[in-house]
Amino acid sequence: MLRADLLRSEIATTFRRWRTLVLLAVLAGVPVLVGVAVRIQTGRHAGGGGGPAFLAGIAGNGLFLVFTALAVTLPVFLPMAVGVVAGDALAGEAHTGTLRYLLVAPAGRTRLLCAKLVTVVAFCLAGTLVVALSALATGALLFPLGKVTLLSGTSISFGEGLLRALAIAGVVALSLLGVAALGLFVSTLTDSGVAAMATTVGLVLTAQILDGIPQLQAIQPYLFPHYWLSFADLLRDPVYLDGILRNLGLQALYAAVFGSAAWARFTTRDITA
Amino acid sequence: MPRNEPTEVTGEWDGERSSKRRKAMRYAVPVAVAGVTAATIGLVPAFAGSGSPDLPKISAQDLIAKIAKSDVQQLSGTVQVTTDLGLPALPAGMGAGGFGGGQGRDGAGGAASPQSKLTELASGTHTLRVAVDGPDKQRVSIVGNSADYTLIHNGKDVWAYDSGSNSAVHHTAPRDAHHGAHRGAPEGLSKGLQNATPQDLAKEALKAAGDTTSVTVGDTAKVAGRDAYQLVIKPKQAASTVGSIRVAVDAANGVPLKFTLTPKSGGPAAIDVGYTRVDFARPAADTFAFTPPKGAKVVNGDRAAEQAAREHGKELKGLKDHKGLDGHKGPKGGGFQVIGKGWTSIATLKTPAGPGGKDQLAKGDAGKFLDSLGSKVTGSFGSGHLFSTRLVNALMTDDGTVYVGAVDKQALIAAADAAKK
Repeated sequence: MLRADLLRSEIATTFRRWRTLVLLAVLAGVPVLVGVAVRIQTGRHAGGGGGPAFLAGIAGNGLFLVFTALAVTLPVFLPMAVGVVAGDALAGEAHTGTLRYLLVAPAGRTRLLCAKLVTVVAFCLAGTLVVALSALATGALLFPLGKVTLLSGTSISFGEGLLRALAIAGVVALSLLGVAALGLFVSTLTDSGVAAMATTVGLVLTAQILDGIPQLQAIQPYLFPHYWLSFADLLRDPVYLDGILRNLGLQALYAAVFGSAAWARFTTRDITA
Repeated sequence: MPRNEPTEVTGEWDGERSSKRRKAMRYAVPVAVAGVTAATIGLVPAFAGSGSPDLPKISAQDLIAKIAKSDVQQLSGTVQVTTDLGLPALPAGMGAGGFGGGQGRDGAGGAASPQSKLTELASGTHTLRVAVDGPDKQRVSIVGNSADYTLIHNGKDVWAYDSGSNSAVHHTAPRDAHHGAHRGAPEGLSKGLQNATPQDLAKEALKAAGDTTSVTVGDTAKVAGRDAYQLVIKPKQAASTVGSIRVAVDAANGVPLKFTLTPKSGGPAAIDVGYTRVDFARPAADTFAFTPPKGAKVVNGDRAAEQAAREHGKELKGLKDHKGLDGHKGPKGGGFQVIGKGWTSIATLKTPAGPGGKDQLAKGDAGKFLDSLGSKVTGSFGSGHLFSTRLVNALMTDDGTVYVGAVDKQALIAAADAAKK
């Protein structure tokens, strides 16, 4: 079997699964919810400072719904969805007994793991894009579009704003690499898909809680969600890259450590199911 | 064997042993990646910190002259400000609210008020991005969480823009003096934020020098990737709480790059302001251009300041009618004065004690509150409460006199005793 075939069949299986489609539908629903809520509330009160990032900007420019939607989904919905898909990747197959059939084929375990990892990363990208596109469509329908005001008060054209939104979606998708690798590693540890998903989502939540406790400042820079919201730095003028680079470096580190741990585990374990 | 062997394993005989070894070797990969990263994180800052570049020797005087002579007009960079004064954490907005008066009204202050931003800088770590092109063009941005606070001075215009509230405050620089100058004055505010750059802090520190201060040249250092000399300033007066002030000065052009104030009690620096990145090229001209974005709330700062001043005046008049303030003028003449000089100056302030004030302070709820905040001390001056932070100590006697200074407790008590005699 060719590697491309394996990968294609993996991606097709994953994205054809009902669970995956439901997850994507939920992700698509979040921006609609936020957009409608803002639309209903617009005019009733002249927006305070509270709420998620960029919320105040939505009424003036629909493109801000993309930023808000990503800021809202990045802490919970996106990593949860990625955790479900990644956690299920191997443990789910082991649970239903299909993993050994996959391994009977001469593809090799490393290759299968790579195909699974690429599939999960593809899901990260798909999930982020679904949120961004749904937000863009909702924003365009409910709010005016136009010049985009950056955080520094500078205005840029709508086209340039779209480019920045695309860059932000890319950074957000890459921000999920850490969760993807972590989930895949957890998935190699157990034969129960549900346990792997629950563990991964639990780890995501735990990391976020730890990230919120001020007394733990010393370890926080090494928690994978720590720099997640740094994507907002792309909206400064000039763009401030320090936080984003730190975020991407951290995600690469998690991907390397847990990716290789998953490889070490998966290529040496006994597969009974 | 009931178990399946991994498919790669072919030899039935030593399968068990070699698979164990293989397992160990494979698990070594993630461990090695994590280990190398941990080592890099642990060692790189240590290397960067201990990197003392070889520079020709220089005397303290020459170094100060170098700073004074430095005529760098253009730079841009990132400044990290870390303050750890040992103050109790204030609830957000409290510092700003404390400015009182008409500030909150008419949106004159609000989120875009420079004062509230300055109070924010007084604790924790903040990142500032600065750009300077001569005396007429400056820009400072405080990098916040998904928000930016930008202050732009370009010629006669001073703009403050706060992305969180999408509001801008506009001041026109040359204006009749003293007109509401005590609040929101553009010169004042841009200077206030400039004080956060190493240059001005260094100048302030040097101004305080005299026979009370020892100024030496310490080890060389690397700051923001540039070779730097370090000027070490230490108070000679034993009672000062200031341990040392270090100013890192760019060896090439004399620009102060880092300012560190360490309290005598040790621990981390109380104030640490330094460039993490600096570039001496001329910033692009549009860096200093600002037009308020569509939909932003724009406040005419000049008018708002006037109005605030007027209302503030009214309030002050109202306060004067209040009897409690009569005690302010007090039997002893009261008011504000400074005793001592140099590092051990102590500011004294007589607050209204009035009849029964002593009892109230000592016994009432206020007394209990004070007890919880400060420690009780007694001396030949009587008794009072001592409040300490890492840098500044304050003594509030029960008869209502407050002694404040960057000096240790003994010096405050001695000052109070001396005042009593």
